[in-house]
Order: sequence, then structure tokens, then C-alpha cells
Amino acid sequence: MHRRRLILLAVLFVASAVAYMTIGARGNWGFVLEFRGAKLVALCLVAVALSTSTVLFQTITQNRILTPSIMGFDELFVLIVAMGVFVFGMTDELVVTSWVQFVVSLVLMTGASLLLFGTLFLQERPDLMRMILTGLVLTVLFRSLRTLLVRMLDPNEFSVVQVSSYARFHQIETGLLAIAAGTIGAALIGAWAMRHRLDVLSLGREAAINLGEDVRSGTLQVLFLIGVLVSVATALVGPTAFLGLLVVSIAHVVTPTGRHAVLLVSAALISGTTLVGGQALLERVFGLVTPLTVVIDLAGGVLFLVLVMKGLKR
Amino acid sequence: MGKSVLGVVALLALSVVSLFIGVIDLRPAALLQDPAALQLIAVSRAPRLFAVLITGASLAVAGTVLQMLVRNRFVEPMTVGSGEGAALGILLVTLCAPAATLFAKIAMASATAFASTAGFLVIARRLPPTQPYMVALVGLVYGGVIGAGVTFVAYQNDLLQMIGVWVTGEFSGVLQGRYETLWLAAIAAVLCFVAADQFSILGLGHAASINLGLNYRQVMLFGLLAVSLVSALTVVSVGIIPFVGLIVPNIVSRMMGDNLRRTLPVIALMGAGLVLVADIVARVLRYPFEMPSATVLGVVGAVVFIWLLYRPARHAP
Repeated sequence: MHRRRLILLAVLFVASAVAYMTIGARGNWGFVLEFRGAKLVALCLVAVALSTSTVLFQTITQNRILTPSIMGFDELFVLIVAMGVFVFGMTDELVVTSWVQFVVSLVLMTGASLLLFGTLFLQERPDLMRMILTGLVLTVLFRSLRTLLVRMLDPNEFSVVQVSSYARFHQIETGLLAIAAGTIGAALIGAWAMRHRLDVLSLGREAAINLGEDVRSGTLQVLFLIGVLVSVATALVGPTAFLGLLVVSIAHVVTPTGRHAVLLVSAALISGTTLVGGQALLERVFGLVTPLTVVIDLAGGVLFLVLVMKGLKR
Repeated sequence: MGKSVLGVVALLALSVVSLFIGVIDLRPAALLQDPAALQLIAVSRAPRLFAVLITGASLAVAGTVLQMLVRNRFVEPMTVGSGEGAALGILLVTLCAPAATLFAKIAMASATAFASTAGFLVIARRLPPTQPYMVALVGLVYGGVIGAGVTFVAYQNDLLQMIGVWVTGEFSGVLQGRYETLWLAAIAAVLCFVAADQFSILGLGHAASINLGLNYRQVMLFGLLAVSLVSALTVVSVGIIPFVGLIVPNIVSRMMGDNLRRTLPVIALMGAGLVLVADIVARVLRYPFEMPSATVLGVVGAVVFIWLLYRPARHAP
């Protein structure tokens, strides 16, 4: 099912990766490949983490216009990092490269997201629109709280937090790559192992219960995976508002299916192509200074509005 | 009646407090002896106080009017693209005519704010009235798209920092001679009060208001103009101040209903009070440094908004 399309997507992805590695490269190839290779790996990790977390999120909320970003997951992570700096202080080393700090933030993040979003999603009759609105307001709240905290810091600490609160694809913290690859890998294996359960969960609460699925534990497990994936992606590149929405929407068009075995793979490939290819185009061909996220936010936002309008006509 | 007298007294008291907070130590007694103290009040403290009061009152009124135009309680000018539209206008003027006067900047910002607010109205009208939260959601994303456009243009032209300074809502830059255009926003708010009955009728919907003999298009246009003007003037003078236009109308409507002729003065009063408190907190929290008042409002406003969303409903929505 959809095998040829998946192969095509894989070819596209490899082509964009090759383009990213080679376009405009001059001088010592060994150095170029090593330098760009680390960035490429980071981009791919982020791409897969974002696409997978969005697919998972859309599955448990049964809604195609949602991403963890819209609900404020990544802003929550940045807030937690800022709180860490505020409470413990941290002037010598970059927060985002210190792995102890990273692991602590990761644990706090997954805990907080389970508590906060678990209570939201496990209501008897969740009111979807109200939930989304809550997420959007939480995003504002987390951002304002972070700004407040940041203003209380001294300038050194201020810059540390500042770095982690902007999405940046052109300068990625490669110091975290090993641990990031490990955690994302583990989360991906977890998601892949759940793929058939995800198919059932996406049918909705009633149907899933009738099919013998424990919706409560399933939702919490999925939320846990999302928390891990978003934390790592945010630690690597900062908050990304609409990327997940954009790539997963495209995935639904290219490979229209309810089977997560297909959807997860196709979304990951599209996400990788968008991020790596987009970065290659923006950085090396057009020479634009605007971060890719801003372009993606624009495109993703417009797509969101179009999706909503189209959904109304149906 | 007693309550509103109490409100006015509280606002006056807060205003006096506001006048005597600042980096330069100023005691009330000094006003009688020291000419420099009077100078300080005239140049810095009083303009700041006026700016805060006008911003709060006019944004709260503009929020009410917008809610009537869209017939939805969960929108405000700063979340449906009016504020971002004004920022876009400032950016365009800076790019095309860097030497433009302040007035030209305001005119351009008002025009773009008007266009983006009108765009939102067109979209909002197509949304089903059965889903009140949908309008708010679409408005937020719509505003986000305009904001991303602003960021894109600003980034390419290395103006990100300038835009950041323009849109961050704070009052520390307000001095004599640099805020007076805000009085236009106050005038717009007063005109909204004059037209209050029309807006109340407009809030009943298209068919009902036409049956009641209202010139629907004209009132709609006037409301749109007032909202855009207030948004543009606040963004140009002090930046984006969130949540005031959202929360104050909701609370007042809950307490007093929707007869705007009665409620608009209360709304203006509460809006002014809210921003004044936020500004005082922003100045005291880490004295002698200042926080942006918008950030303080962001925290307080978000919490109140979530409470509004989840309070037990007395009537089914």
C-alpha cells in the first residue's frame, strides 16, 4: 500500500540531503562533510521528532489541525529551561549543551505535559475548540512568564535563555547530538511499537474502547512520547510553530491512509525533505537570512486557515 | 451607582500613586517647594499616566466594539490581526519612506490595521455561529500569519530589533511631546460611546438590526474604523498591549449585561485601571528596572482568560 509513493518520497529526501551537503561547498571535503554532516543529522532528528509528535498528537485528539506547538508544548519546554536557569543559576556553560540540565528539563517537561495535557485530554467529553484555545492561551502565558523570568536574570544568564527561545536551523547545538539521537531513537521505537494501537486510538474514544483498547493508558503513553520528542527537538532548534502541521497535512494528501505504519514513515520523509531541502534552498541558493521557521510559519498558518475554511464547506 | 463612584475613587488613588513611582525620587511635599519636581511631573510622569489611562480605556472600548461587530466574546483587536496589521504598516513606512512624519506613520498603520481587521471580519462571517471558539482560534492564527509576514520582511531588511521595540507594549518611552496622538484614540473611544446604542443593536445580528432600522453597513464601517484607529495609535505610541480588550468587556458583560450605553463607561474605567495596575506592578517588580507592562498583562490576562473559559457556565453557550 502506497509503496511506490514512499519510495518516491525517500528518493526526494536523499536528493535534498545530497543537495544540502554539496551545494556551494568549497575546499577540504573531509572538513565540509564532517561539519555539514553533524548539522544534517541534527536537522533529520528534528524533522522526524516534529513529524512523529504531530502525527501522535493528531491521533489522540482526532483532529487534523492540531500540533503540539499550537498547544504550547515547546514554549513550556523553553519556560522550564528558563526556570532552571532562574532557580539554579547557570553562567559558565550553555544550558542547551549541558546534558545534566537537558535530562532534568526533559523529565520535568514530560511530567508537566502529562499533568497539564493529560487532564485536558482525558475529560469525559472534551470540547475540542475550548481545548485548542486553552493551548493557545497557555502558549502566551508560558512566553510571558519566560519573558518575566528572563528580565529578572543577569545579562549572562539572559543570553543563555535567549538562545534557547528562538528557532534556529542554521546554527544547531551539535554538542547534544549523541544524547538527542538516543532519546529520539528510543521514542521513535516506542511510537513504532504502538503503531497498531495508534490505528485503533485514532478511531475515537468510543470505538477504541469497544475494540478493547485502554484509551486512558494509551493516551498517557502517547503524551509521554510527545513530551520527549518535543523536548529534544526544542532543545536542538527552539520552538517551531507550524512545521509539524505543514508536513503532516502534506503527508495526509500524499499518502491518504489511516494506517500509522505508512503515515509515520511518509510524514517523516516529507518533514526531512522540507527541512533539509528548505534549508539548502534558503541558505545556499537564495542566500536569505530569514530563518526557515518564519517562512514555514507563514506557509503553515495560511494552510491552517485554508484547511479550516475547506473543512467548513464539507 | 455607589460602586462606580468607588471605582472612580480607586482609579484616582492609583493614578496619584503612579505619579510618585519612578527612578527619580519624588515626594508629594516637593511639589510645593521644588520647581524641578513640577517639571518632572509635566514632562514625564503625567504624560505616562495619561498614556496608560487612554490606552487601557480605549483598548477596552475597542475590544467591546469588535466583539459586537464579530458577535463573538473571544476576540480582541490584538489577537485578530489589528495589532499585527498596524506593525506591518509601521514596517512598510520605515522601508519605503524612512523620513516620514509621525502622522504619516500613524496614517499608514491605521490603513493596514483597517485592512487586516476587515480581512478578519470577512473570514469570521463565514464561520458557523455555533462554534464560538472557532472564531477566536482562526483570529489567532490569522494574526500569527500577519505577524510572521512582518517578521519575514523585518528579518530580510535587518529591522527585527526596530520592530521588536515598536511592538513590545511598554510605557517607559512616553514623554511629553511623544504620546499626544494617543488623545485621538480617546476621541475615537468617546465617539464609540456616542454610537453605543447602534453597536448594541448591531450585536443582535444582521437581520435583526436591519429590521430595527439600523444602517448596518455604516455602523459596521464606523466600528471597524474606530477599532483600527485605536489599535494603530496604541501600537505606534506604546506597542501591543494584550488581553485588555478581551477580558474587561467579558467581565463587565457578565456583571451588567450588554446595554453598551450603561456598560461602556464602566468598561473604559476598568480598562484604564487594569493597565494602570499592570504598569505600576511592572515598575515596582524589579525596581529600579522596568518590565514591559505587556508582559505583566500577558501573565495576568492569560490566567483570567483560562478562568473565563472554564468557569462553570450558568447558561449553555
